[in-house]
Amino acid sequence: MTDAIKPNYEQLKLTDLHAFYGESHILHGIDLLVRRGELVTLLGRNGAGRSTTLKAIMNMVGRRTGSIMINGRETIGIPAHHIARLGVGYCPEERGIFASLNVEENLLLPPTVRSDGMALDEIYEMFPNLYERRFSQGTRLSGGEQQMLAMARILRTGANLLLLDEITEGLAPVIVQKLAEVLIKLKEKGLTIILVEQNFRFAAPLADRHYLMEHGQIVEEIDASELSAKQELLNTYLGV
Amino acid sequence: MSMIFGVPVAVLSGQLLLGLINGAFYALLSLGLAVIFGLLKIINFSHGAFYMLGALLTVVLFNTLGVNYWMALFLAPLIVGIVGVLVEYFLLRKIANEDHIYSLLLTFGLALVIQGVLTNIYGVSGMRYAIPEVFRGGVNLGFMFLPYYRAWVIVAALVVCFGTWFMIEKTKLGSYLRAGTENSKLMQAFGINVPLLVSLTYGFGVMLAAFAGVLAAPIYSVTPVMGANILIIVFAVVVIGGMGSIIGAIVTGLAMGVIEGLTKVFYPEAASTVIFLVMVLVLLVKPAGLFGKEA
Repeated sequence: MTDAIKPNYEQLKLTDLHAFYGESHILHGIDLLVRRGELVTLLGRNGAGRSTTLKAIMNMVGRRTGSIMINGRETIGIPAHHIARLGVGYCPEERGIFASLNVEENLLLPPTVRSDGMALDEIYEMFPNLYERRFSQGTRLSGGEQQMLAMARILRTGANLLLLDEITEGLAPVIVQKLAEVLIKLKEKGLTIILVEQNFRFAAPLADRHYLMEHGQIVEEIDASELSAKQELLNTYLGV
Repeated sequence: MSMIFGVPVAVLSGQLLLGLINGAFYALLSLGLAVIFGLLKIINFSHGAFYMLGALLTVVLFNTLGVNYWMALFLAPLIVGIVGVLVEYFLLRKIANEDHIYSLLLTFGLALVIQGVLTNIYGVSGMRYAIPEVFRGGVNLGFMFLPYYRAWVIVAALVVCFGTWFMIEKTKLGSYLRAGTENSKLMQAFGINVPLLVSLTYGFGVMLAAFAGVLAAPIYSVTPVMGANILIIVFAVVVIGGMGSIIGAIVTGLAMGVIEGLTKVFYPEAASTVIFLVMVLVLLVKPAGLFGKEA
């Protein structure tokens, strides 16, 4: 049995991760573990450091210290463009759809990082709107379609660790529902997903575990089974 | 003799041709500047020096090693392109995160160094380079005489310009370049080697300048300062076309050459300033340039 298909295989492990933007110290020692096939959320208020955690994993922040193991490889010292090639797909909060590219060019832009990515027709089957608008300018799509495109783009690459930043932000309930269905399908496929989410009601039924962040630290780890017991704690931290 | 607006047709078409030739050079040079500005966001003040290097290499390679025109058309841009990659890797990359004024000063200084050293070696009097054998002579079109070499310059420049446009707008590699221009950090997160892309883009941009230099060698006077003279006009062309716009650089380059040529016919005194006049007018009406995107 290879490492990759062992149950409990540690796909991502952060140890004492600190991150800095210039002089400002944003992450203060994050410890986090995500196993193969898990869907884990990072919850917290704006500015708690959730997006920065994803960016730090992608080596998109100024400076990082500590350890980031992806598929058993230490990545703290490697250049940003090598990280995706370890099988990581990143969907940024602002979606990052390129205005100078049409929908299909956007879709085909990220290089394939593993062999078992979704084929183009599979993707168009999952997101029929994208097929219909494949020759439109990327940023002419509606917000929901752009979000679908941003997701579809990394599914094609074969990435098996997905970092999704606020994918439901500002979207209509019917689109959010569609995204939930997509995430369930991806989980069934065995993909590992880290979800930064503001919409707790969206995330709660999907996730296996939740990490609660505050001031650049993880303050609580909550298993899906303990949700009701820790509801009050959650309310305090999320301010809902 | 037939006249248009009181000007002999032969004079008018002759100046139009000269204008088109100059326009072809403006287009090639501003295209390189636009490609570099798009991805690197730097204003490449060395561009004129690289153009000059292309022309000078053509002459020097012929005089010392007997390298012919066709070889030079391939070799000089290649050598200059490699120099460009080295400049990007060892100099520009070090200041990539600083204010853009640093890269502007660095490339300006670099141009002065290159020009100064070469002036010391070759002096400022023009060197001559013979028009290649096949392009000697010309054809009488009835209303004007068209020298073969000038026709070749226009064709070669147009082919390279539109080839570049096609590569950037219609190919996969071009989509990397366009996307990198918008958001290079995200490209990096997708696994694309952006630093390499940046080096190659800079190298390619200055290759275009050197290619223009080779084309220029047989018709313009080749001197170490020839790039400094043309660069200011080319910057005006880039501003008129819209910073970073590929098609804007090509179309505006050709158009400005023609406008300059026509001005020589009707009001010669203004020929050297007309482009700047157009620049002022365009900036007043469309601050982002004719093909630029409004911010």
